[in-house]
Amino acid sequence: MARYLLKRIFYMILTLLIVATVTFFLMKLMPGSPYANEAKMTLTQRQIMDQQYGLNKPIWQQYLIYIAGMLHGDFGTSFQYSNQPVASLIGARLGASVQLGLQALILGVVLGVIAGAIAAMRQGTWVDSTATVISILGKSVPNFVLAVLLQYYIGLKLGWFPIAGWGQFSQTIMPTIALAVGPFAETARFIRTSMVDTLSSDYIELGKAKGLSRMEVIRKHAMRNSMIPLVTLIGPYAVALMTGSMVIENIFNVPGIGEQFVKSILTNDYPTIMGITMVYCIGLVVILLITDIVYGLIDPRIRLDESEA
Amino acid sequence: MTEEKLNLPADAFDPLPKDEAQDNENIAGPSLSFAQNVWLRFKQRKAAVISAIIVILMIVVAFGSTPFINKSTLVKSHPQYANLPAKVPGMGAINGLNGKIKQNGKWVDAYAQNGVPKDKYFIAGTDYLGRSLGQRIIYGTKISLIVALVAAFFDLTIGVAYGIVSGWKGGGVDNVMQRIIEIISSVPNLVIVVLMLVVLKPGIGSIIIAIAISSWTTMARQVRAETLSLKNEEYVLAARSLGESSWKIAWKHLVPNLSSIIIIQTMYTIPTAIFFEAFLSFIGIGISAPETSLGVLLNEGQKNFQFLPYQMWYPAIVLCILMIAFNLLGDGLRDAFDPRGQR
Amino acid sequence: MPEERILDVKNLKIDFHTYAGEVKAIRNVSFHLNKGETLAIVGESGSGKSVTTRSIIGLLARNAQIEGGEINFHGKNLLELPEKEMQKIRGNEISMIFQDPMTSLDPTMKIGQQIAEPLIKHKGASKKEAWAKALEMMKAVGIPNAEERINQYPHQFSGGMRQRIVIAIALICEPEILLADEPTTALDVTVQAEILDLMKDLQKRVKTSIIFITHDLGVVAGMADRVAVMYAGEFLEFGGVDEIFYDPQHPYTWGLINSMPTLNSDILESIPGTPPNLLDPPKGDPFAPRNKYAMRIDVERKPPFFKVTDTHYAATWLLAPGAPKVDPPAEIVRRWKKYDLMKQEDKLPKIK
Repeated sequence: MARYLLKRIFYMILTLLIVATVTFFLMKLMPGSPYANEAKMTLTQRQIMDQQYGLNKPIWQQYLIYIAGMLHGDFGTSFQYSNQPVASLIGARLGASVQLGLQALILGVVLGVIAGAIAAMRQGTWVDSTATVISILGKSVPNFVLAVLLQYYIGLKLGWFPIAGWGQFSQTIMPTIALAVGPFAETARFIRTSMVDTLSSDYIELGKAKGLSRMEVIRKHAMRNSMIPLVTLIGPYAVALMTGSMVIENIFNVPGIGEQFVKSILTNDYPTIMGITMVYCIGLVVILLITDIVYGLIDPRIRLDESEA
Repeated sequence: MTEEKLNLPADAFDPLPKDEAQDNENIAGPSLSFAQNVWLRFKQRKAAVISAIIVILMIVVAFGSTPFINKSTLVKSHPQYANLPAKVPGMGAINGLNGKIKQNGKWVDAYAQNGVPKDKYFIAGTDYLGRSLGQRIIYGTKISLIVALVAAFFDLTIGVAYGIVSGWKGGGVDNVMQRIIEIISSVPNLVIVVLMLVVLKPGIGSIIIAIAISSWTTMARQVRAETLSLKNEEYVLAARSLGESSWKIAWKHLVPNLSSIIIIQTMYTIPTAIFFEAFLSFIGIGISAPETSLGVLLNEGQKNFQFLPYQMWYPAIVLCILMIAFNLLGDGLRDAFDPRGQR
Repeated sequence: MPEERILDVKNLKIDFHTYAGEVKAIRNVSFHLNKGETLAIVGESGSGKSVTTRSIIGLLARNAQIEGGEINFHGKNLLELPEKEMQKIRGNEISMIFQDPMTSLDPTMKIGQQIAEPLIKHKGASKKEAWAKALEMMKAVGIPNAEERINQYPHQFSGGMRQRIVIAIALICEPEILLADEPTTALDVTVQAEILDLMKDLQKRVKTSIIFITHDLGVVAGMADRVAVMYAGEFLEFGGVDEIFYDPQHPYTWGLINSMPTLNSDILESIPGTPPNLLDPPKGDPFAPRNKYAMRIDVERKPPFFKVTDTHYAATWLLAPGAPKVDPPAEIVRRWKKYDLMKQEDKLPKIK
């Protein structure tokens, strides 16, 4: 176990280093200038600015400085918000994104498990078909389209929730719903399949032969066995939520890192783009590691050191 | 039992002629090939069949429209026709499709108000520059389909080849190739796409390159896993021991047996790619004016949604139909290829 | 020994609804089970043995439909019992062992819990009592290191050990009837013998009756008191184990015995052909199309059960008065002769 973890962590760091390197050089390749009003600047002004941002040094030095800084949690200084460190910019916005992401994940997965399990238990009935239709719609309708519709019809027309902004819980409801639709649809489909498989397995048959009622068999044997593999989907969910946050935060005007990412892209704020990219990657890599460990803990069949072999 | 009760016919104990005895042994119905079985099962799934028809129709309309709808017709603006609602010939009675629009609670004929000639129809209305929304949607659909086809192409080339090589070579090569995939997939796909778009000039070419870099990893993983298990199948072992070249084995034995997972995975890559394009264009870093796409149309429509909801609804509906059709088609094909996985 | 019928199945008929139509899987099957005995039901796959036993415990597939008959157990017709009542019987008075031990245990639940489950459900045992009994049971089925292994999960056990656990689960409530659906088919030959010995041993201790399903006649000889031969959803012949092995009457039974490997046969005989399609079952003897001794009457009319002895019946027209004498395979003739000899000496062999 310890060996496996060390190995995993080594590969994690290697991965992040490669991502940081590639991102760094990509940004250096970019056309255009970091300065918003370059044309109006004099050469001296430029030189001062370059010095301030360390842009006058050779690229390899800039690279080493960047990597060294990153190890201390320093992602450089934003071009857009003068003199604001990228790290604090991200730090101030991370909370909103994480809160939104967690709320959406919990809502989507819980409802998805319920819908998928009911569909599997009522396989072939109208309940099953309805759940299938809803999950196909959830998978197919882009979340930003849904977000705009929610904002207009629920927020503006019905006035149930604030249409945008951040600060109160009620403002988180619509973005949470919009973000949760993807994980919900995926979970419902996954749990249904997994549950149908489980319900037709021999140990469920043995459970019935023991004299357990249908609900007892489902509660004691089917539920756990069909839900364990769900852990493997946490990684993809995290990706979907990160992606979704870019546009959902934008639509609902949530001060999160997704919204900041899009803003930074539109304004060529390279240090911030790099910083947020790294935050996304670190988040994903850590989540993948945690899900692996959790999977090993809850499924007795999986031994982490063996799975490496 | 007594003899009287049995009352057997005279020839009862004659031996049974051989041909009569064989009658029951004939297996009813011809046996079907794998492809025939897949087709039969696919045909049973109505949703999938309808989806296939919709996809084909959309492809025909989108690409068939090229002579009539192209960049030059798209950029022409007609301010006098701006923001007209849908007007469909013969739908005079249905508000929303008759050129009327709600103003202060009353339905007013927007066409008459703007002095549009009587015989002018825009079946999906116009945008803020007076351009036909219908034409723009068809063009946007074409862009989505192009993106989809390109993503599918990269899935089928890079993804499949990478997976086969990695699975077939095994050992150190496999290990390195898997590490590379691991690294690529620890960056969210969309972040890769976004980074590429920052470096390259936004536009359809960049979107295609960005998708090419990021879309094939899932396919490669699945093909690798399947190749690993196929590698040890008897017929592949036989071919290897007979000294067939790796190329020949891959083409003759692996690809046909991989075909079902390849087709299914491709069907799932397509809606993802369509979503990516729409997403990027919607947040303003994908395709941008004067080019258009469904994402661009959604973005433009969203700005006016409160007053001219149709400008967002129409492209949204088309995009959703496209996504639903590809998703259902994928589900249908999966069930047809693998009857065990009835979902 | 006075026979006490513990289970009585009469005229059981079961259909399966499939896309292709109604499959008449069980057609008029009647048999009984005496207290303490082992009844073996022998037949090839698809003959309906499993369906028959599953109908006893009420665990038929969803598309199965019971078309008629009754299954009497303690004066109750199990086919008419409400689900709630059936649950009280399952795992308690009647329990079942399945074919594949690799998949019949819950992979994510501790062995001890799985064994204890029926006890908690049926006998209202506390967790602690059930756990203690489970441990006892694990020792009884011969699992070494039981104290330690009770906390392990199924994947940590071999196939043979898992089948022992399944047996422990089935017997923990000391059921009156144990249904064993090919319990040794998925196991290695050496492990098979161990499991069979274990079952015989436990049967004596728990005093349970067993219905033992198998396609392997070799297994039957050492296990069963009585044997029923099943084919295409019908019983063709049933009788005491010696009567079936040494005085078989139905050509299908001949075929089965003839295809058993023996010490002095160098080629393995087989029965040519395949069983009939039960979507449209034959109206006569279902075995007729594969039977080289078939007569015209065989395809026209279903043979009734002809009595051979008080305990031995066979449904073949060859036993009808006036039927011609046929020459069964050499192995059968040899067995018949041996049987006559034994009858004269008035001592039937104990088959080991």
